[in-house]
Amino acid sequence: MAHSARRDSPELPDFSLLKRLARDQLIYLLEQLPGKKDLFIDADLMSPLDRIANVSTLKQHEVDKLYKVEYKPIVSTSDQLCFLIRPRIQTVKWICDVANADKAAGRFRRYKIIFTPQKFYACEAVLEEQGIFGDVTTDEWAFYLLPLDDDIISLELPEFFRDNFLAGDQRWVRTAGSALHLLHTVYGPFSKIHGIGRFSKMAYESWREQVEEGETKARQAEIGKVFLIDRDVDYVTPLCSQVVYEGLVDDIFRIKCGCVEFGTDVTSSDKRVKVMLNSQDKVFDEIRNEHFSNVFGFLSQKAKNLQTAYDKRRGMDIQQIKTFVSEELKGLKQEHRLLSLHIGASESMMKKKTKQDFQELLKTEHSLLEGFEIRECITFIEEHINRQVSMIESLRLLCLLSITENGLLPKDYRSLKAQYLQSYGVDHLLTFANLKQSGLLVEQQPGETLTVMESKVGKLVNDKAAGKLTDAFSSLAKKSHFRALSKKLNLVPKSDEEYDLRVPRDMAYIFSGAYVPLSCKLVEQVLERDGWTGLEEVTRLLNGHEFSVTGSSGGESRAKNDAQRIVLVMFLGGCTFSEISALRFLGRERGYKFIVVTTAITNSSRFIETLLDNHA
Amino acid sequence: MSFITANWNPLGEAFYRKTELYEMSWNLRDGLRDSLVAAAPYGGPIALLREPHRRSPSSRPQLEIYSASGVDIASFPWKSGPVVQLGWTVSDELLCIQEDGSVLIYDLFGSFKRHFTMGQEVVQTQVLEAKVFHSPYGTGVAIVTGSSRFTLATNIDDLKLRRLPEVPGLQGKPSCWVVLTQDRQTKVLLSNGPELYILDNTSCTAVCPPGFSPQVGNIVQMAVSFSYKYLALFTDTGHLWTGSSHLQDKLSEVDTKKTPTPKHMVWCRRPKSQQPSVVLMWDRLLLVAGVCGDTIQYPSNQFPLEDPCVLVGELDGVRIISSTNQELLQEVPLVCQDMFKIASMAPGALLLEAHREYEKSSQKADEYLREIKEQSMLGEAVRQCVEAAGHEYDPSTQKSLLRAASFGKCFLTDFSPDQFVTTCRELRVLNGVRENGVGLPLTHTQFKQMTLQVLIDRLVYRQFYPLAIEMCRYLKIPDYQGVSRVLKHWASCKVQQKDLSDDAIARAVCVKVGDSPGVSYSHIAAKAYECGRTELAIKLLDSEARSGEQVPLLLKMKRSQLALSKAVESGDTDLVYTVVSYLKNEMNRGDFFMTLRNQPVALSLYRQFCKLQEQETLKDLYNQDDDHQELANYYVTASYREKRLDSRLSLLQSAIDEYNKAKNEFSAKMTEDEMRLLRFQRKLDDEKGAGLLGLSLQATMEALLSLGLHKQTEQLYRDFRVPDKRYWWLKLMSLAEKEEWEELEKFSKSKKSPIGYLAFVDVCMKSNNKYEAKKYVSKVTPEQKVKAHLAVSDLEGAADAAIERKNDAEMGAILSRCSASDRLLIDRLNRARAAAAKK
Repeated sequence: MAHSARRDSPELPDFSLLKRLARDQLIYLLEQLPGKKDLFIDADLMSPLDRIANVSTLKQHEVDKLYKVEYKPIVSTSDQLCFLIRPRIQTVKWICDVANADKAAGRFRRYKIIFTPQKFYACEAVLEEQGIFGDVTTDEWAFYLLPLDDDIISLELPEFFRDNFLAGDQRWVRTAGSALHLLHTVYGPFSKIHGIGRFSKMAYESWREQVEEGETKARQAEIGKVFLIDRDVDYVTPLCSQVVYEGLVDDIFRIKCGCVEFGTDVTSSDKRVKVMLNSQDKVFDEIRNEHFSNVFGFLSQKAKNLQTAYDKRRGMDIQQIKTFVSEELKGLKQEHRLLSLHIGASESMMKKKTKQDFQELLKTEHSLLEGFEIRECITFIEEHINRQVSMIESLRLLCLLSITENGLLPKDYRSLKAQYLQSYGVDHLLTFANLKQSGLLVEQQPGETLTVMESKVGKLVNDKAAGKLTDAFSSLAKKSHFRALSKKLNLVPKSDEEYDLRVPRDMAYIFSGAYVPLSCKLVEQVLERDGWTGLEEVTRLLNGHEFSVTGSSGGESRAKNDAQRIVLVMFLGGCTFSEISALRFLGRERGYKFIVVTTAITNSSRFIETLLDNHA
Repeated sequence: MSFITANWNPLGEAFYRKTELYEMSWNLRDGLRDSLVAAAPYGGPIALLREPHRRSPSSRPQLEIYSASGVDIASFPWKSGPVVQLGWTVSDELLCIQEDGSVLIYDLFGSFKRHFTMGQEVVQTQVLEAKVFHSPYGTGVAIVTGSSRFTLATNIDDLKLRRLPEVPGLQGKPSCWVVLTQDRQTKVLLSNGPELYILDNTSCTAVCPPGFSPQVGNIVQMAVSFSYKYLALFTDTGHLWTGSSHLQDKLSEVDTKKTPTPKHMVWCRRPKSQQPSVVLMWDRLLLVAGVCGDTIQYPSNQFPLEDPCVLVGELDGVRIISSTNQELLQEVPLVCQDMFKIASMAPGALLLEAHREYEKSSQKADEYLREIKEQSMLGEAVRQCVEAAGHEYDPSTQKSLLRAASFGKCFLTDFSPDQFVTTCRELRVLNGVRENGVGLPLTHTQFKQMTLQVLIDRLVYRQFYPLAIEMCRYLKIPDYQGVSRVLKHWASCKVQQKDLSDDAIARAVCVKVGDSPGVSYSHIAAKAYECGRTELAIKLLDSEARSGEQVPLLLKMKRSQLALSKAVESGDTDLVYTVVSYLKNEMNRGDFFMTLRNQPVALSLYRQFCKLQEQETLKDLYNQDDDHQELANYYVTASYREKRLDSRLSLLQSAIDEYNKAKNEFSAKMTEDEMRLLRFQRKLDDEKGAGLLGLSLQATMEALLSLGLHKQTEQLYRDFRVPDKRYWWLKLMSLAEKEEWEELEKFSKSKKSPIGYLAFVDVCMKSNNKYEAKKYVSKVTPEQKVKAHLAVSDLEGAADAAIERKNDAEMGAILSRCSASDRLLIDRLNRARAAAAKK
């Protein structure tokens, strides 16, 4: 990535500060409970915590034993128990059970709950209801943001998506606002804030409120612009198969908190290896944004270069070899190790992805995006379901079909749904209810009211005009307008031209040139226009909720200041690695640097899994 | 100018001066005679109760409250019991201590605030004397009762009564007593004839002041200084003993040669006092007795003798209030002495002189200036002028001093103007509040001690809102602490105006307050609600920008619906939840659900909570809403938690009913199928121990096939109308898995395959059975032939098919699979491609 950056590209702010802040606060909180104590950690906080403070740091602060929260009776012998958890009712209830069990056994212990990033009233209500409110002390660890990489910051809140977009529970929105506030205090002030979506707007308002309440110090801005976007503005992108290296690794091996575990098929030994994937890994840094088809070539070139570097040794005298060994060899060895891992990973992916099935899957996805040969696509999906290829993938394709086609025809909807239920069980009725509620998989409604209107109107005007009117009406009734948007924003490049994936022309390269991600396109357009002017039609199709606000910082230095070309894009409800790659590409083209803040890194599988409701 | 020292009197090495503060605006018929008077320090208000002991109900005594300048603030007839003592608290509230031990608290405007009592037993014994005192803990009250016992309350806002131990031999009230605050303890010092006692919480100790000879007689009057550091004792032989209040050092002993007990005795000192003194007042004499032994007697012509006066001890002097005027008696500050002493050669005095000459356009100005400059004292001179100006009460003197300072400043290059500017500003403020109409005769020293914040508070408390705002703006106090605070108080006061309509007040408040930072409308509204104006409160809340702030008050006012919608608006889910849980307890269930129904956000929040905490409530919630769809889903969810089949089935049946009510026939049908499937599975499990229960249809069929139960599979296939394609795929995979190739071949021939035959080829190849795969190649449709041939790696066959179909892409695909050894084939294909291209 670094090699192709524009020379005037601005420097990214240093986000390791966020980690330091979080660590210091955690240590402070641990010290509030002096003496030896056992620490129970929410399972999904384990990896994020590891990035902030390792075990030895915790031990230094008198943490005796570490446990994972497992919702089972505990075996600890310590007199002090500290719980580091997300503010979830279920976990709090478990803690209540632990405390009440101790009480029943006549055992006295101190309990301290540290909620992160904040506590909710409902949690305290549960403590009260279960009668242990007086027995525990609670605290908040304001660990809002985890920097995963130089340009990726995550809130590590995967439930944000389901809670907001499915259950309508908006409690995390304020958290997002607070996270933004934290960034603003440390790296602001922001000069301009754009956004689209209901929750973006709410998060923005929550942030605004916090700014007004607190004091603002005038300081040099390190981040100029901010773009907030709701995940439901663009459901299409996260539903597509990823073909950029980093995204593909995520799809296949699942990157967890910036770290991936490669199995034995990759390491070609009998050990599994955990690897951090970020810009520190020089090999990865160069291929992460590449289309998969280029990666192999790149890696083999790299291997050749490496060989040449090793080969330098020949014909060296003693002195030169000494320098070589002390200075270069270690770096080369490291590179060697990484290179072999990535080659292994690529091979393993290649095996899976070059198969006939995958090619056909991609073909279907592209047809859906283009709106071509929909019948064939439906047949493909049906077969996909019938052959039990994958529970998640089938749903993903169904959703993609529904969104691109503005819902399924009642006949198709029923038959596909019935087939799916036969394949994977009737409990998925609930999954379908969820998908329907979130608008991901819906049945086209035979608009009754519209037909009445049409027939009335039809009588008044001649047939031709009535036809046009019908179109107008039916477009009014639809919720998702993917086709219209695609046309308006030119999301699907013309397929007759050859797309050279080696030299990407636009952001579409991340989907083999078949589709420009809507979310990223919106960012591009809004930055270009410095607002939503000229995009009225688009925002109408996206159900509005767009906003553009000029921030507090003065305008005079705007043109010169490097910070104005640092753009923070915040995804409420998660974003995919492909989107990040697309934004990095956009940044290189336009001389921006993007920082992606997301509630969680998602991909199509995680995305669908959060909406599942089978009670297996 | 030359008269400045006219009212100065020497006392030891220092001077004392008496400055007139006001001609009193009041018009008292009977002067201050027969009245209880209380005047608060720091230029506080004066309370007056005429003839407090008159008890006839026909003519009640009048309680009057005036500003320090005598402007009438409030007056009302005293209807409660006889008052022993009046006093002011630090926050300008009036304490009226009654004979029966109850203490009534009034605000500055004479409206009753609250009351407390100094103990039940006092009702019997009666209060003989009481004192109000101030300490770092607030305002306290001390009483001595008819049974000669003392009771103390150190802070009336945090009332803790302390009954002090008995004083040996004391009958009735002591001859005199004071309250001392020392070492974070409050004590009483009292004298009974010649004895002196200190009473603290636990003991009563007889003490003897150092150097105090018993011959000097009985102590009849005592006074403690403003800071509680010094004590003065007056004996019936006319001796005045002064010393530290710890009774460890003696300052002096003066023989005043006056034997009657003085009416008042007050310390007069200032911070860094040169010559502290005690001011004594008899009916016809005011005596200032310096610690050095000197005295000043203010003769009768300077002092209205006919009339009793009141002495008010201040931080830096004593105010003397008579019925006609008010004066400030104080030690002249050192800097003023240096400035104005006759023939003073202090640099400041010279500078003042220089400026005077300069104004007369005299060259002497230069001479004076040179003189100062030669000693390089010009900076000091300017500082002296500025400082002295601060201590002067008369604006014209202030002006001349400041002008001189400004003049001197011109000749200095590196002189920070801060002190000058600050003093100018502060003097302007002080002159403003000293105005007769406002009546706060603060000295600069008092002002500094009191701080600007408190001054603004006092102004606000006296409802001088415009002046307070003016001052805040003039002194450029940040809005947050200044103007906004004043506006907040103004608005809180405004909402109490009973004669205005809700609308008028709301409008007036909104216009004035606008969106000043730091003014909380909810706070104002709370005030309005306290005064019983709920409608006004609601109107005001509308202007509150932060909806979160509105909620608690709305709840308090029982506007729960509104509170809920405001909470939702705020976007703070914790707040929403607070309201929801409040409503849950307040309302009956039906109303509660109805309320939630109108608030989707709150509803989803509550649902989420119920899902985890109260499943049953969730059901009720759906029931109430007639949300059959959700109800059905609820039953389905519940069925999966159920272990026993029959209860599971009954839950599913309920789900079906609800789906039907929701007109969701599809889901109803699916659920019915599920029930059928469950029963079927159960039956087979019982018969064959197949372990099917809970599997999906597909999985069931797979399981059946792998057990070789073809008949049952077929039954499911028919009963559940499984699509042919699925069935064929299923069977194909299953047979291939078990490598029952013959069975497979039979099956392939049973009828025309709905999934084509390429699938057969692929599946066989997956099992690495090329031989079987080839059997099906011929059956594949022409379109898929090439693929089929390729799948079994039959390049020749593929080529034949492709050439026959003249399909360029397919031929390309085959070419890409060819290796170098297939020379012939490649040539053939290339030729065919060329031929096809020609056409």
